[in-house]
Amino acid sequence: MKHMKKINKTFASNLITYGMVVAAFLLCQLAQSGTLEWFKMSRSLRGQLVPICVYIVMAVSLNLTVGISGELSLGHAGFMSVGAFSGILASQLIAAAFPEASLELPRLLAALITGGLVAGLAGVLIGIPVLRLRGDYLAIVTLAFGEIIRNLLNCVYFSIDGSSFHAGFLNPSLPGKLLINGPMGATGVEKLASFEAGFVLVIFTLIVVLNLVNSRSGRAIMAIRDNRIAAESVGIPVTKYRMMAFVTSAVLAGMAGALYGLNYSTVQAAKFKFDTSILILVFVVLGGIGNIRGSIIAAALLTVLPEVLRSFGEYRMLIYAIVLILVMLATNNPAFKAALGRILPHARRENSLKEADKA
Amino acid sequence: MTQKKKSATKMVPAPSHGIIPERDLHVAPVLEARHLGIEFGGLHAVEDFNLIIGKTEIAGLIGPNGAGKTTVFNLLTKVYQPTMGTILLNGRDTAGMNTMQANRLGIARTFQNIRLFGNMTVEDNVRIGLHNQIRYGMFSGIFRLPAFWQGEKKQHERALELLSIFDMQDLASHQAGSLPYGAQRRLEIVRALATHPSLLLLDEPAAGMNPHETEELMENVIKIRDQFQIAILLIEHDMNLVMGICEGICVLNYGKIIAKGTASEIQQNPVVIEAYLGKRKEN
Repeated sequence: MKHMKKINKTFASNLITYGMVVAAFLLCQLAQSGTLEWFKMSRSLRGQLVPICVYIVMAVSLNLTVGISGELSLGHAGFMSVGAFSGILASQLIAAAFPEASLELPRLLAALITGGLVAGLAGVLIGIPVLRLRGDYLAIVTLAFGEIIRNLLNCVYFSIDGSSFHAGFLNPSLPGKLLINGPMGATGVEKLASFEAGFVLVIFTLIVVLNLVNSRSGRAIMAIRDNRIAAESVGIPVTKYRMMAFVTSAVLAGMAGALYGLNYSTVQAAKFKFDTSILILVFVVLGGIGNIRGSIIAAALLTVLPEVLRSFGEYRMLIYAIVLILVMLATNNPAFKAALGRILPHARRENSLKEADKA
Repeated sequence: MTQKKKSATKMVPAPSHGIIPERDLHVAPVLEARHLGIEFGGLHAVEDFNLIIGKTEIAGLIGPNGAGKTTVFNLLTKVYQPTMGTILLNGRDTAGMNTMQANRLGIARTFQNIRLFGNMTVEDNVRIGLHNQIRYGMFSGIFRLPAFWQGEKKQHERALELLSIFDMQDLASHQAGSLPYGAQRRLEIVRALATHPSLLLLDEPAAGMNPHETEELMENVIKIRDQFQIAILLIEHDMNLVMGICEGICVLNYGKIIAKGTASEIQQNPVVIEAYLGKRKEN
């Protein structure tokens, strides 16, 4: 009986998360269509819809590594860039192979799948050396890998010449039409990404992450995070599950990257620099480490915020930083939490539990 | 009462040095440690440790503080790799294995400083112990395939069954970290049992328990042995418990075994008395 209550509790919590995303999607669609005179979306905000979805997926997937698996990874944008470039390439190659057919949806799907797979492969390759490390060391090495990937992609050239394609490294003189042009990035990308596709990807990510957490594998991952020695002593293969979390996170980041890449006509590797990794980490930290719903809200709000603050002109990023600091201070403030607890009894109970833990 | 339990088992010499209960003589011993030792930078924390544990024996490992008892546990469970000697678990050499592999071979343990997954529920703690017993893949979990539902149901039923040993099934949905100390110790035993061990190592299971709880624990240790037909090796400072339920006792001091035998033998052994109480001043 009590077990059912627990299942229902996680189920209800997940349902709220899904419901929130669906409701936000429907509201955005309504605002976008402009049926209501007073409820419209500005053009610049409309341009942010796909990036919002992308950043939500990035934040949720990073939360899998940082929150659920407990490894601080600072190179998440690296997987995003791998996904973006391989996804763009996949969609372009399909377009080149079937020039007549209009294959927008299959091309988008192929891009997402390729982006996910290639980023997953990168995750495996990076995971083998990185997951031997712990804590700060792991963070530093993932940071380095993010930078290495970016610099490598800066040197990649890829061209298509009729039915044959050529790849070059540090060699821009390739025959035919250049698809990936070194530091100039991928050019002439067809905009296949749409808000609907972004929404589907967010839902997919939520299904993967939330279901993973509430399964045998997820429990093993969290057991390793909470107490590695105890997890080993009950026969949990530590490396396997750390790798599983890391690669799943990379696959999702790769898919998000592919969608991001297909949202712009040109994509440069420089877009996925260290700042992007940190930005995603900020979403995760602000939303609450291990808190999936928080990641979604933080990613959406912080992506929109710079657009909303556009009226402040040059002071935009200054205000952004101040808002960030204030929110961080407020969410860590016991008085604020207590005030919140008076409104939400649920939050009060959890807070008091946490306080009791500290004592 | 304790006297009766002691005399119930007849201890006989094992084929190699050591003693095992007579009833276990015809089956292979669950554990055989031979000349086991570990050195930390020149310090011999454990030296020439020889121990044989019968298939269904309840054995005790005692000794003054710092004698190396927990180090022996860490050696047996491969948290430390021994620098000398061999460990045979169910007749198989565990050389080169890690903790996880040793567990799969049938050795499970509890910890002196409790190591539960405090933020998870009691049931989830046991389910983590069942990790290798009731399995389904990651994809079944993510996409909620039938294997997931079957596996979860089996895990749930088995977890409650195991919790019922200590009458803890009602606590299943409680947070493990919020349980009282004694209950946390019991939960750790349940979690270790969930891995289906053939040898259970208990590191000070009665620490922090009141006499009543200790009494209950003693009964439960015997119950677990009888029900699961496994061997149990325990470290304990509570001499009532050790002398009450342990069939073979091994006394460790400064990393070396100073005595082995039944409870009554150990109680009368002058070397043991000296290790615990010191030498009588001659005057």
